[in-house]
Amino acid sequence: MTTESGAASEAKQPQENKETEKGKAKAAAEPTSPQNQSEQLPAATGHSTPARKDQEQQEGDQVSHRSSTSRLSRSPLKGVKKTKIMECKVSLLDGSDFTLNVEKRAKGQVLFDKICDHLNLLEKDYYGITCRDVENQKNWLDPSKELKKQIRTGPWNFAFNVKFYPPDPSQLTEDITRYYLCQQLRDDVVSGRLPCSFATHTVLGSYTVQSELGDYDPEELGSDYISELRFAPNQTKELEEKVMELHKTYKGMTPAEAEMHFLENAKKLSMYGVDLHHAKDSEGVEIMLGVCSSGLLIYRDRLRINRFAWPKILKISYKRNNFYIKIRPGEFEQFESTIGFKLPNHRAAKRLWKVCVEHHTFFRLISPECQPKKFLSLGSKFRYSGRTQAQTRRASSMIIRPAPLFERSTSKRYNMSLSLDGAPIMENHETLMKDSAADGAAKIITKGDIITTVTTEKKAEEEKAEQDDAQTDAVETQEPTATTPLRHDTKTDSEQTDFAFDGDMTATESEADDDSEMRTQDTSPPEEMVKHQTSISELKRSFLETGESTPGMTEWEKRLSSSPARSPKAEEAPMIEPLELQDTKDEQPAGEKPSKEVEPKATEAAGYLVKYVVDSITTDLASSSGPHGISLSTTMDDDVFMDGTLREVDEVSERAETKVSPGAVRQEVFQAITDKKGTLIILKEADDKVDAEGKETSAAGEEKEPVIPEEAEAEEIEMLSTSKEIEYINEDTSVVVEAKTTARKMQSPKMEIKTDDMTQIKGTDSPKKAMASWIPEVVKTEASEVISVATKEVKQTKASDAMQQEEEIFTFEEVQTELPKSSPSQITVSGSSATSLEVSTLGWVSCSEKGPAEPEEKMAVATETEAAPAESTGPTGLDVVEVGTKEAPVVHTETKTTTYESAEADTNGDVDPGVLLSAQTITSETTSTTTTTHITKTVKGGISETRIEKRIVITGDTDIDHDQALAQAIKEAKEQHPDMSVTKVVVHKETEITPEEGED
Amino acid sequence: MAGLMSDFGCYTHAIVRAIPASLAKEALRSSHAEVDLAKARREHELYTEVLRTTLGLEVVELPADESLPDCVFVEDAAVVCGDTALITRPGAESRRRETEAMSKALKDLNLNIVEMTDENATLDGGDVLFTGREFFVGLSKRTNQRGAEILADAFKDYAVSTVPVLEGLHLKSFCSMGGPGLIVIGAGESAQKTLKIMQQMSDHRYDKLTVADDFGANCIYMNLPNKGHVLLHHTAEQYPQSVKVFEKLKDHMLIPVCNMQKVKVDGALTCCSVLINKKANV
Repeated sequence: MTTESGAASEAKQPQENKETEKGKAKAAAEPTSPQNQSEQLPAATGHSTPARKDQEQQEGDQVSHRSSTSRLSRSPLKGVKKTKIMECKVSLLDGSDFTLNVEKRAKGQVLFDKICDHLNLLEKDYYGITCRDVENQKNWLDPSKELKKQIRTGPWNFAFNVKFYPPDPSQLTEDITRYYLCQQLRDDVVSGRLPCSFATHTVLGSYTVQSELGDYDPEELGSDYISELRFAPNQTKELEEKVMELHKTYKGMTPAEAEMHFLENAKKLSMYGVDLHHAKDSEGVEIMLGVCSSGLLIYRDRLRINRFAWPKILKISYKRNNFYIKIRPGEFEQFESTIGFKLPNHRAAKRLWKVCVEHHTFFRLISPECQPKKFLSLGSKFRYSGRTQAQTRRASSMIIRPAPLFERSTSKRYNMSLSLDGAPIMENHETLMKDSAADGAAKIITKGDIITTVTTEKKAEEEKAEQDDAQTDAVETQEPTATTPLRHDTKTDSEQTDFAFDGDMTATESEADDDSEMRTQDTSPPEEMVKHQTSISELKRSFLETGESTPGMTEWEKRLSSSPARSPKAEEAPMIEPLELQDTKDEQPAGEKPSKEVEPKATEAAGYLVKYVVDSITTDLASSSGPHGISLSTTMDDDVFMDGTLREVDEVSERAETKVSPGAVRQEVFQAITDKKGTLIILKEADDKVDAEGKETSAAGEEKEPVIPEEAEAEEIEMLSTSKEIEYINEDTSVVVEAKTTARKMQSPKMEIKTDDMTQIKGTDSPKKAMASWIPEVVKTEASEVISVATKEVKQTKASDAMQQEEEIFTFEEVQTELPKSSPSQITVSGSSATSLEVSTLGWVSCSEKGPAEPEEKMAVATETEAAPAESTGPTGLDVVEVGTKEAPVVHTETKTTTYESAEADTNGDVDPGVLLSAQTITSETTSTTTTTHITKTVKGGISETRIEKRIVITGDTDIDHDQALAQAIKEAKEQHPDMSVTKVVVHKETEITPEEGED
Repeated sequence: MAGLMSDFGCYTHAIVRAIPASLAKEALRSSHAEVDLAKARREHELYTEVLRTTLGLEVVELPADESLPDCVFVEDAAVVCGDTALITRPGAESRRRETEAMSKALKDLNLNIVEMTDENATLDGGDVLFTGREFFVGLSKRTNQRGAEILADAFKDYAVSTVPVLEGLHLKSFCSMGGPGLIVIGAGESAQKTLKIMQQMSDHRYDKLTVADDFGANCIYMNLPNKGHVLLHHTAEQYPQSVKVFEKLKDHMLIPVCNMQKVKVDGALTCCSVLINKKANV
């Protein structure tokens, strides 16, 4: 119901367009003028063809972008930038237009905030800004992205709309918030987007009249006052009379009360807050997909033919013009099922996906349970950066201003729009549908290619620019571009991100995977891999199901299954049982909790890192180490909103790998630790730093931005890293493509993280071990403490942390942010975001040595000896050496970070980072074992290289024969990849460091 | 204050129809049971008496039509919600003309009449479960998708979800409302399955009351002034197990109604009346 706004505003557009266009043209003509204020807009001397193509437009943008280095504008170095001012026309909810000026490169948030200021609206998280795209479809502006990147063509015309319809408007804090919501709903009703019965039209209409005109007063109002107002798509005299009858009965009712009544009735309408999207089901039947606060609704005509509550959905994804949802298995089903829908085109699919992600994030975060929150926030991070409903409620409860006085304007809206729900969409749909699906796909692809190219260049430039400014604010600007999935329109991030997304999404289906891989990689992915994955995932599933069957069931399901039915109990049965909605049940992935708990208990944690480097292209996902081996991104229950997260992770990992490929990076992790005061989290940052210095890309770059506020140092480092990263990206056009992160990770984020910490810590603790050398002493001490704090504190920490962290906890970025904090609490935080950490860590860990291919025998030996020997053989020595060498570059890093890099550099000797073709991380776990496999494919100088890094973490209360485990792992690895050689093995053994085992 | 979707179970009027002699032989039935016409008529009189006298509803009694052996089951001919009445297009060819008298009676009550004219649509009122917040329409031998679509169009305020009727004649052959947010459901496997689907489709929370007999799950709930929650259910003689369950509803005024004969022609309690709330009309 939300999507289409009244056609009335559209009608005006053409004219406005011209004006804006002129203004724009002029603006373009005067790129140098430092500050063109609004004057230039109306004056409009220049004229440009409105018919620019997107690409041209893009390039134009690019140019301007380059010249102005927009992002870096803040940097003092750049000095005065020419700020172009754009005139924005915003159609407000009362039908009026609000014109304001914003800088051309301003982000959506700026515009949004200005509008909200203008409206005196504090509870603004329910609202958003829409703009029409080329197809005249409404798209939500991403507040974190620059406006100009979200407006491809035409004038800067927007509309202010309700984005998230609060299920219970009475919980809104301020009357003014409700007032605007009422206005939106009136428009929804009048336009037909929110269908209702005659009786409801009269009731809603009568409250509208009371709110806008006050008490019924025939003398003042006249007899025909009603017909000036619009209440229904097809307003009749009869309706008006009924409205008047009711109006007469409201004497004394205040506008705020009338609005409350209005909302109390409107919220019960079945289509209240339902955002409809046209689609076809798998059989080509026309349906509508409705996104609402509780989930996804499937309509055929007006009939609801299915409904998927958010908790029922494991994953949402889109690929080309297909939209997929993966459904949690029901009571009788063994496996998840994936349901696909065909959208009119790629953009529609993406739009739907975004709306889903945002709604899920916004509304599901409400749930009081902590666990689901985490997960939600995980996914949310990328997609939806705003506050959740829960958060906004919290925030609005703090509003202490006296209720603002505001004038309720008579609705100026007339029933111009004859179109019912999404009529425009329909047209669109039809048009698109006419092009055969194949055509659509082809187009997209083409587009993609082009874009990719563009992207590369652009990024490169950005890099440079950033490098220049890097020290100042590079960090901030960058992240959104690179990471944010939402910014479809932005050319910069677009393809990579998109592909990555697609890949992820596709990950669900084996075929899809193939596809994505195919597209991305030059190297043909071995089919085996896919098969392997599939089988693994199946294993995983079965595993999960056995263990977690109960949690998987809905309360409802449970009750049903246990319902007295015909059982003997029926007689005594109390009979009335609450049927809980599926919604009720939490999304907690069955596996999550248990795993987490296990972690804390584990006394010993041993990690084995086995790295394989092969010159050949062969890739096998060897991930499944143990019998239990579960892997694949697909499997996770929490995948749901993970897409965003996953992607992030992927990116991170990729980056990490990129670094690796160049050769030097592996020790980064450790270094990082040192730098940051021993927190694992620090590791990431450290990595970034290192990377930056080393010229290698750091995953951290984007993510670090959030960090900035916390630590200046971190920022700097990040900056560097960022710039470098960018370069890499540019180089690899297709880089991002495949990364697949395992949902698993998400589930047991804590586990892995801990383990990592443990490992590291271990190194610290036991001076004997070579590890020690890697980790700076300082780090060691703190680290141990941190570890103890770890698991449980995480939650608290989060709370304490900035808002951002809470929201995005899982995101890589956040993690980093926290990392800088250095305090143990931070560590905890990282725990929550463990997933991302893992990935990155893995990458790094594995990193250590390209050069030194160590004989397996040695490795084994090392294992036996305990971690120390192993390390000493390979990495340790290297590290030491490295320290000397690289430290210099690491200036940013406070501590000893430097050491690592140097070592790496030595090892690698290979400066050329190569082009990252693909990166894949697979995680599998059992109760006591977590296996993470990271596969990276890179091309250097025509030679493709596949690296498989496998990290196995064994956790347990009891003694574990680590040697045997390692031997087994190596053996398996060899068997799985007969044509690859083992180049490095690292063993970390951690014995209860902290007395706090008992935590759990 | 005008309010919508409140007043669930509030009724002021009821429409019933007399039993034609043809019911005994010609009425449709899924079994081969013999109907005792006299007993059936006696049952129906008692039923009507409960509505009129015990519950104080204004009862409109339509005359029987011998050419419409099933005409006593008025529920199938119309769906009334609020001030709107949808005149159905019954799935059984032989019953189509039942709607004529119904339509006239509803018009006389000043309801907004919506006719189901689409010849591809079929809908029996017995397949329509209104919970107070939404509709469930059972897709059965008598009701098809198109019929449900038209119903959805007639009652725009409400979500209308389709659910499969796997067993039994109608959706309400194994379920009904036992109170606001309380679904009475038979213990049969297919009934439970359907309930599960209903649950999945719904945004709202319901309690369920499971009774041993599918058919026993058909009861009539009302919320009447001075009487509170009222539940008309089958007698203990008919469904002893189910009645035990109903007897645990402490807040309800329980009224057992004999339905032994009509059951033989698939007639449940809800089938025999169309309930209307004239007060709710704005």
